Amino acid sequence: MGRIIAFIVTAGVAAAQHTYTPNDIEDGGQLYRGACVGCHGPDGNLVPGIDLAHAKLRHAANDDQMVAIIRTGIPGTAMPPNNFTEFQAGTIVAYLHSIGNAGSGAVAGDAARGKTIFEGKSGCTNCHRIRGQGSRQGPDLSDVGAYRRAPEIEKSILDPDAEILPQNRTVRLVAKDGSAVTGRLLNEDTFNVMVLDSSERLKAYAKSDLKEFTFLDKSPMPSAKGNLSAQEIADLVAYLSAQKSVEVK
Amino acid sequence: MTRAIALLLAAAACAQAQVTFDRILNAAKEPQNWLSYSGAPASQRHTALSQITPGNVKNLELQWIYQARSLEKFEATPLVVDGVMYTVQPPNDAMALDAATGRIFWIYSYSPSSDSRPCCGRVNRGLAMLGDTLFMGTIDAHLIAIDSKTGRPIWNREVAKASSGYALTHAPLVVKDKVIVGTAGGEFGIRGFIAAYDAKTGKEVWRFHNIPEPGEPGHESWKNDGWMHGGGSVWVTGSYDAESNLTYWGIGNPGPDWNGDPRPGDNLYTDSVVALDADTGKLKWYYQFSPHDEFDYDSVQVPVLADMQWKGRPRKVMLWANRNGLFYVLDRATGEFLQGKPFVEVNWMNGFDEKGRPMRVAGKVPTRDGTLIFPGNQGGTNWYSPSYSSRTGLFYIPTWGDYSSIYVKNDQEYEEGRNYGGGRPRSPVNLARPPLNTRKDGEGFGAIRAMDPQTGERKWEFKMADVTDAGILTTDSDLLFSGGREGFFYALDARKGDLLWKTTLGGQIQSGPIAYSVNGREFVSVNAGSSLFVFALRP
Repeated sequence: MGRIIAFIVTAGVAAAQHTYTPNDIEDGGQLYRGACVGCHGPDGNLVPGIDLAHAKLRHAANDDQMVAIIRTGIPGTAMPPNNFTEFQAGTIVAYLHSIGNAGSGAVAGDAARGKTIFEGKSGCTNCHRIRGQGSRQGPDLSDVGAYRRAPEIEKSILDPDAEILPQNRTVRLVAKDGSAVTGRLLNEDTFNVMVLDSSERLKAYAKSDLKEFTFLDKSPMPSAKGNLSAQEIADLVAYLSAQKSVEVK
Repeated sequence: MTRAIALLLAAAACAQAQVTFDRILNAAKEPQNWLSYSGAPASQRHTALSQITPGNVKNLELQWIYQARSLEKFEATPLVVDGVMYTVQPPNDAMALDAATGRIFWIYSYSPSSDSRPCCGRVNRGLAMLGDTLFMGTIDAHLIAIDSKTGRPIWNREVAKASSGYALTHAPLVVKDKVIVGTAGGEFGIRGFIAAYDAKTGKEVWRFHNIPEPGEPGHESWKNDGWMHGGGSVWVTGSYDAESNLTYWGIGNPGPDWNGDPRPGDNLYTDSVVALDADTGKLKWYYQFSPHDEFDYDSVQVPVLADMQWKGRPRKVMLWANRNGLFYVLDRATGEFLQGKPFVEVNWMNGFDEKGRPMRVAGKVPTRDGTLIFPGNQGGTNWYSPSYSSRTGLFYIPTWGDYSSIYVKNDQEYEEGRNYGGGRPRSPVNLARPPLNTRKDGEGFGAIRAMDPQTGERKWEFKMADVTDAGILTTDSDLLFSGGREGFFYALDARKGDLLWKTTLGGQIQSGPIAYSVNGREFVSVNAGSSLFVFALRP
């Protein structure tokens, strides 16, 4: 009998052999975004005829078989083997159930209107850019729709402080002479700090030249709550969800 | 500070585009940077920096190493712009490093299609830059624009079909608002081309067919359908002359490489240099170094442009040491052949006619049993960057001396995406590049040969026991930096060829050195093995 991995909002995921906590499911999401999203898409439905989040599958009849396929791949197809443990593969399946149970993620927005909002009243391009247009202060969103689901994009727009990815952290550096720089942290080692500064320059600083090196807790991004209507937010999400590639057609 | 104020400041800080084409054209005025593959549009691979001199070069010390995450040949030449180094690790990872410390700002990893099949390694020779955008060709024949500040792709254009054998391996060339590339794949029966793309959008602006199709001038040099799979690849960066608005590119061998029977005729524009209008791609002139080549003598060398007194009058020339063993001087405005002389032993030709066409030696062609030809298949030189110093007036060639191959030809049908060589060359020089060298005299050696363009004669030679795939850099302090397969990186007196300094880097040097400076301190960098090494004088 196949193992059943069920999604339980409050208590994590109970399974025949494993219980997946919300943290496990989040880990599964990270593994999914790292290894699977390129072909299957953020919602798991990019391959025609397959919807991973809603158990619409060709080669697996249950969760055990999904776990096995994640690990061994499907010979003769584009699905490669992956070097995951059984538990890790199980967290991916649990993550897929979680996004399926959370709804389709579809947003009733208009992408064309969203583009106008993105480039205009929202002020998004003061910090973000898409295909070379806009600022570099925040993350480039040219293909955000290829790796972030619509509900995740919406959450970032409404509550930017909820999740700041490590690669998007802002730091403040103060040199011994008192001059200060704020920028996005790109790299750090024992002796050096590398940032994209507020003038969009790549700058390396020797720590020995600094008297202060501080991570800023808050995202520099303001919430759209109160600034955009619900429909405008839906339009913006629709536009961003459609940004999947930089390939020139 | 409120978020609103922070946003306003960020918007106000929108920086100006970094590398304008004017800066690229006038690269000689900012020797602290290295703005294009060969340093400047004239491609002399010469720096005006002079802090490191013949007197102090012995004090060079290693400053930092970047170890590539690849065991593939590391053939890239970096760019350096205002303290940031941009380079590529094989096959197609672009990255930004702090030029003073080697620490990484960002890495962009592109995964080439499994359809890619470059003939001679999953290599990339570097990037081009315009404004704040880098341009990288990929081994699956895409051209990608990358934001130099973030490492994020801006656009990605499929230039040609990888499964047919097309690839992009050289650093693109920026001219005005365009990015120019040519396609590799001469061993796969491709039909090569050079094309310009809009730097902003990636849209193709013009295309020049290296193998002319029916109705185009030059097609008559293909007597049958051989043109359809005629080769004519490009895999080293061209040059640009602003006064004439011409861009110059060397074109590779015809296909099949070693059997000319399926392609009677001169096979234009294989083994030629073409001068193209940079705005339209229209052919202004061409010169074919090796008509109807059967020795794989790609003319894929860097076109070196120089202004000099020539036979008593000022002349704008092009200096070219060709894989076929001959050192040429051409008039770069008209393509007129001015001079051609062997710089290594040559037995496939024995002179030029009045138009500069080589006169073939009877019987020196590939056969079923094999024919001994000098120079051999890898040439008297190859893609390795030469250097010209207007201070010494000498042209410096990475050379394979006493090198030959026995050329054997086979019958071969074209099959899409498969090797289309039509034979094989046999040589004492092992191309598998083992670490041990046991060859006898007369079986090939490496050298730096300093040539006088006025006479075509050799002024001096620095001889190495093993052959070399290293480029050459010269400096305003009359130093010459180069290396070879033995893994030595060394400095010579550019006027006399005396060895002034050497160090061993533990891996074959298969790239051209560059020089740059940060905060007034001069650095010299070169790749060896899988790593990039950077040297400077002790502070």
